[in-house]
Amino acid sequence: MSTPTELSEPAAPGTRGSHKTAVRQAKPGRVKRLSKRDKVVLGIMVGIPTLIQLAFVWIPTLLSVLLSFARWNGLSLSDIRAAGMANYTYAFTDNPAFWPAVQHNILWLLFLAVVATPLGLLLAVLLDQQIRGSKIYQSIFFVPVMLSLALVGIIWQLFYQKDNGLLNFLLGTAGTPQAVDWFGNSSVNIWAALIAATWRHAGYVMILYLAGLKGVDASLKEAASLDGANATQTFFRIVFPAMAPINIVIVVITIIESLRAFDVVWVINKGTNGLELISALVITYLIGEGQSIGIGSAFAVILLVISLVPITIYLSRTFRKEKF
Amino acid sequence: MSINEDRPASGNIRPGFDRRTLLKTLGVGAVGAAAIPLLAACTGGSGPGASAAASTSLTFGSGSSDDVPKAAYKAVTDAFTAKTKIKVTTNVVPHNDFQNKISTYLQGSPDDAFTWFAGYRMRYYAGKGLLAPIDDVWEKVGANYSDAMKKASTGPDGKMYFVPNYNYPWGFFYRKSVWAEKGYAIPTTFDELKTLCAKMKSDGLIPIEFTDKDGWPAMGTFDYINMRLNGYQFHMDLTAHKESWDQKKVSDVFDTWKALLPYQNPGALGMTWQDGAINMGKKKSGMFLLGSFVTQQYTDKAILDDIDFFPFPEIAMEGRDAVEAPIDGLLLSKKGGNNQGARDFLAFMGTPAGQDAYAKVDPSNIATAKGADTSTFSPLTKKCAETIANAKSISQFFDRDALPAMANNVMIPALQGFIKDGTVDVKNLESQAKALYAAQ
Repeated sequence: MSTPTELSEPAAPGTRGSHKTAVRQAKPGRVKRLSKRDKVVLGIMVGIPTLIQLAFVWIPTLLSVLLSFARWNGLSLSDIRAAGMANYTYAFTDNPAFWPAVQHNILWLLFLAVVATPLGLLLAVLLDQQIRGSKIYQSIFFVPVMLSLALVGIIWQLFYQKDNGLLNFLLGTAGTPQAVDWFGNSSVNIWAALIAATWRHAGYVMILYLAGLKGVDASLKEAASLDGANATQTFFRIVFPAMAPINIVIVVITIIESLRAFDVVWVINKGTNGLELISALVITYLIGEGQSIGIGSAFAVILLVISLVPITIYLSRTFRKEKF
Repeated sequence: MSINEDRPASGNIRPGFDRRTLLKTLGVGAVGAAAIPLLAACTGGSGPGASAAASTSLTFGSGSSDDVPKAAYKAVTDAFTAKTKIKVTTNVVPHNDFQNKISTYLQGSPDDAFTWFAGYRMRYYAGKGLLAPIDDVWEKVGANYSDAMKKASTGPDGKMYFVPNYNYPWGFFYRKSVWAEKGYAIPTTFDELKTLCAKMKSDGLIPIEFTDKDGWPAMGTFDYINMRLNGYQFHMDLTAHKESWDQKKVSDVFDTWKALLPYQNPGALGMTWQDGAINMGKKKSGMFLLGSFVTQQYTDKAILDDIDFFPFPEIAMEGRDAVEAPIDGLLLSKKGGNNQGARDFLAFMGTPAGQDAYAKVDPSNIATAKGADTSTFSPLTKKCAETIANAKSISQFFDRDALPAMANNVMIPALQGFIKDGTVDVKNLESQAKALYAAQ
C-alpha cells in the first residue's frame, strides 16, 4: 500500500521492516508529508484521466445502452420515446444482415487465428535470424499496419479489380468471362477481404513477436542446443513457451481485431452483399444519412456484450496471476 | 477510387463519408454516438441578433464543396450582391459532412439560406418546423417553374419551401453509332425493350449496362419500373411509407424486373457506375440506365458526341410522364425566414439571371427555371432538358424520396440480393420499413 510519494521522500522508511512502524507512528505525519501542492498535483493527475474516461467511455456507453431501448430521430430531446425491446427485435429478427454478420465475424476470428497470426509469427521468427536486410523486410511487412483506410482501398482495388486488376491478370482471366469477380461475387468476396485483413494483421503480429523474441534469454536457446534439441524443438519447447506473456497479448489482439474488423470491408462496399460485419452494421445505423439511433445503439450494445466475453476472461486471468 | 465512387458532386447525396469524418467518428468510438444528446443540448437555440442584420446581409451555407459547383455558387452570390448590394457570406462545408450533419446543423445556428435537395428530407425538416416557408418568394418566381417543379418544392403543409436550381434526368443512355450500325430502334414500350434486349444479346452485346457495387444505381431501375407500373403517386406513397411494401404492387415490380435481369450486366455487383460507363464507351454494352452525369466519364469528345438518351419505356400506366430527375436548390432555415435579404436571395436563384450565373460556371446540369439560357446546351443536354420540361411529375430518386435509413440500410442490401438471385422478401422489407419509419 505504499504510495509513490512515500518512496520519493528522502525521509521515508527505507526498509520493509521499518515500514509497519512508520505507518503506525506517522498517521498524522503522513498527511503532512503530502503538501498542498502534492495533493493538487495528485488530484489533477488522477482526476483528469478519470474525467476523460468518464466523459468519453463510460457516459457514452451508458447513454448508448439507454438509447438502445428508445426511438429517436436525433432532433430534439423531447422526441426520444421508449421503444422497449423493439430495436433488439429488429436487430435479431427483422434485419437480414445480422446473422450473416455474426457468422462473418466468427469466420474472421478463425481465419485470423489460423492463418494470419501464425503467419505473423513465422515472419517474426524468420526475420529474427541474422539475415541481411532484416530491418528492410520488417518495415515492408509493417507498412500495411500504418496505411490509411483510403490507401488500403486503392491498393486492393488495383489488386482485385475484375477486368483490369492484377490478380485476374496473373490468373490470365482478366477481361474474359471467366474473370473472378473478387468484390462482387458474394461467395468469394469475404475471402478476398480476409486476405486483405491478413496482410495488415500479420505485420502487426510480427512486430509484437519480434519484440517478444528479443526478450527471450539467449542462454535458454544455448542450453537447449547443448542438450541436443534441433531448431524446431528449441522453438516449440523452449522459445514459444517463454513468450507466454506476449502470446496472451496476441490472443487478445486477434480476438479484438476480429470483432472490430471494419476498414477493409467498408472500403469494398460498405459491408453489404456477402461482407456483412457487426461493426459495419453499427456504423451504417449510427452515422451518416441512414442514421437510426435506437437501432444503431442496439447493434453497438450487442457488439459490446460480445466483446465483454474475451475481455473479462483476459482480465480475470491477469488479475488471478497477480495475486500469486 | 473506391472511397469516392459516389455520384459526382453535383448530384451527390450519398451517405458515404470521407476518411476524416470516419476517423473522427471512430475516435469517439461506436458508442460515442450516444453523446449526440449532449451535442444537441449544447447547440440548441439559434443565436440571437440574426434579425438585426436583416436586409443588408445574409449567410449562405453551401454543401457544394467541389471546385466547379463552389465557383458556380460564388458566381450566383456575386451577381446577387452586384444587383442588390446585399452582402452574402458563404460558408462552404464538404458535401458529405454537410449531408450527414444536417440535423445538428438545422438545430444549431444554421445559415439563413443553404443548399439542399427536394424530396423526403426537405419535407421532413419542413414538417419539423426547421425551415421557413417561402410562399412570398414563389409568388415572385412561380411563373418561372413548371407544375412538376412546383410539386417537388412543396412541403407537407402545402406551403412552398424550396427554390430549384438545377437537375438532371435519369434514363437510358446509348452510343448512337452502335445503334445505327445494328439498326436498333428506340423502344417505347416494355415489350419492345425486351425484344431489343434479346436482339442485342444475340449480337454479342451486354444489352443493359448495370452496376451496383455501391448499391444505389439499382434504385433507378426499381423506381422506373415502379412508376411505370403503379404510377408516380404510388412511388411517393411507398417511399413515404403510406403504402405497405408487403403487397402485390411491390412484388409485381420485382417480377417485372426479373424479365430484364438476364439482359443486365451479370457482373453488376462488382462494378461502379464508372466501370459501366467505360464498358459502354468501349461499345461492349448497348445501353445504360443512369443519370445524365454518366457523360462526365467521357472526356473524348468523339464519344461524348456519340451519346444519346431516351426515357424509360412505358409499361402499364401514365405512359412516360414521370421522370426521375433529382433537383438541387436552396432552402431557407427557420432563422433565415426573418431575413428579407435571404428571401430576396432565394427569389434571385429562381430567376433566369440567377440560374444563368450558376450554369455559366457549371454547365453539366440543367437549369430549372424557364427562360434560362439554353443556347450553349449540347443537343444531348437539350434533349434531357426537354424531357424534364415535358414531364408531368418528377421523382427525386429513391434515396431522396424515401427515409434515408430505408434507402441505405434496407433497400441497398435488398436490391443487391435481388440482383444476385432474383428473390426479394417483401414481407421483411415491410417489417424493416415499419421499424425505421416509426423511429422518425
